[in-house]
Amino acid sequence: MLGIEKRDLSLLVIVAILAFCAPFILNPFPTGSAMAQFNAGYPDLMQRFVIFGILAIGFNILFGLTGYLSFGHAAFLGLGSYSAVWMFKLLGYNVLPGIVLSVVVAGLFALLIGYISLRRSGIYFSILTLAFAQMTFAIAYSDLFGKMLGFSLTNGETGLQVYTSDPQYFHSDSAPNIPHLFGQEMQSTFTWDVAGWSFDFNFGYYMCALIMLVMFYLSIRIFRSPFGLMLMAIKTNQTRLNYTGLNSRPYTLAAFVISGMYAGLAGGLLASMDPLAGAERMQWTASGEVVLMTILGGAGTLIGPILGAGFIKYFENIFSKINEKVLHSWFDFLPESLEYGVVWVLEHFVGSGWHLTLGLLFMLIVIFLPGGLVEGGQKLAALFHRKKTEDTPADGAKTPAE
Amino acid sequence: MGILEIKNVGKRFGGLQALNDVNLSVTENTVHAIIGPNGAGKSTLLNCLVGKLIPDTGSVTFQGQSLLGRKPHEINQMGVSRVFQTPEIFADLTVMENIMIPCFAHRDGSFKLNALSAVRGQGDIKDQAEKILEDVNMLEKRNMHAASMSRGDKRRLEMAMCLVQEPKLLLLDEPTAGMARADTNNTIDLLKEIKEKRDITMAIIEHDMHVVFSMAERITVLAQGTPLVEDTPDNIKGHPKVREAYLGEAQV
Repeated sequence: MLGIEKRDLSLLVIVAILAFCAPFILNPFPTGSAMAQFNAGYPDLMQRFVIFGILAIGFNILFGLTGYLSFGHAAFLGLGSYSAVWMFKLLGYNVLPGIVLSVVVAGLFALLIGYISLRRSGIYFSILTLAFAQMTFAIAYSDLFGKMLGFSLTNGETGLQVYTSDPQYFHSDSAPNIPHLFGQEMQSTFTWDVAGWSFDFNFGYYMCALIMLVMFYLSIRIFRSPFGLMLMAIKTNQTRLNYTGLNSRPYTLAAFVISGMYAGLAGGLLASMDPLAGAERMQWTASGEVVLMTILGGAGTLIGPILGAGFIKYFENIFSKINEKVLHSWFDFLPESLEYGVVWVLEHFVGSGWHLTLGLLFMLIVIFLPGGLVEGGQKLAALFHRKKTEDTPADGAKTPAE
Repeated sequence: MGILEIKNVGKRFGGLQALNDVNLSVTENTVHAIIGPNGAGKSTLLNCLVGKLIPDTGSVTFQGQSLLGRKPHEINQMGVSRVFQTPEIFADLTVMENIMIPCFAHRDGSFKLNALSAVRGQGDIKDQAEKILEDVNMLEKRNMHAASMSRGDKRRLEMAMCLVQEPKLLLLDEPTAGMARADTNNTIDLLKEIKEKRDITMAIIEHDMHVVFSMAERITVLAQGTPLVEDTPDNIKGHPKVREAYLGEAQV
């Protein structure tokens, strides 16, 4: 069905179920309870889960398949956001033109940056992409081209936003004054309160989730295509590929452009959820984050990047919310001196110090699970499988080890 | 006029004249061996044929067309395949995928953006790949990871990857290097079988005289970047110049 294998189809279905039931899955605790701070089912965060999921899926097409590690993908994210906001300023708040333009602009820039950077491979390629991304960041931050042209193109450090004085040629008075899709507002949320629980169903989230599913499906098709096979071949042995009559350059360039377009789409969606575009979105730390997401989830696997994106965004939001007061309320059962000691240690790992926790988690995963969360899942599955066969030796004898 | 013509080829690395005025003609449908002591310039010559190195002087033509300045993938698309000294395969992929890649390259050319068609939907490619795997007796290993195979099997796989493209000229760079005698004999048999089944020209660079004399129809001896003699195997055996090149100061 859908032109993909049964195994991939079931993966797609699992992701679809997770995405559509996210408001329930992410809000497992009643609103009033002490555990409510671990709930992540609010619209803003859910939107970011799927948008960064798209970014990581696209990054994985380049890094996971060809092994080319781009350190400049945030540039495409930022370019996508700027393009979308410009469409809001010029045409109106309907998100469709903005999203289309963000993909096109990111694709064109990826073509240029990729054409130059892909002359080198390995660490030199990474450095070239990093240099390009930092240049784009600097240009956006100082609004260099805007100053040359005499108007504000990126609006420098303030960031690009929509003002009432903007033309918005296609804006009609009946249309909402915030981003919308043919009148349906991105922010519109239906809240369902039931027995202490509260679930948010946000239109913007569901639109992004649907786009993410389409993008995920597309990435499955790419992984299973002859084109995808060539990309994997580039990763394992480029010499053999060249001596097999295949030109690796157009393949890597195509992969780079595709993944750049995914990043542009993510940027456009970010701006559609919140019509702002700032240069900090292009910072090298943002580029590093998507690398972390992909490796953490499992580079080269289909579902890994989505897991990684969810994992990092969840911890970023939840851990950074925990503060000293919350810690004290957790450990007040301890004797006072001990309580203060424990809180003193832990407070460095939460709140603004959550990066420490992320660093530790990343180290643990890279050392013990080089294949990322996906490898962890596989190991767990194998463990359960082995236990089961040990319990029933007759069954184990019949089915030899795979 | 041979299928491969090498004329006045010279190559210099800094102060070392690796190749000096090499002239060589490989006749179509023959097995031509190039032998010579270490540092004679055998590998440099091979690299000049496949586009890895560009000779400083001279010309290399394949079927009347110049190979100079062409990229490795272009030369391969013209019908020249190369087997490496250490097998170059796609180690992370399965045997079947390893074979399918050259099949695609043969059918679709050096680049095709077919990102939405499925690999498993390509019946013709699969049939082709399975046929060649049967030819080299590896069909039952098709789902194995290439990295986990023995060296002999890797060599066999690499050979199959080259053959499936139906090359007109197969270049072999020490195909039996580091192999045990039994494996070497297997490789010789495999190469002979390949030669019998199709119209193919082979150029072999080899150290092992056993391989050379059991296969080659024509032998060129290279020493210090220059061809010393070119003759039939029978005449090469015991040729004074050859002995001199191999043993240094020959006191025959």
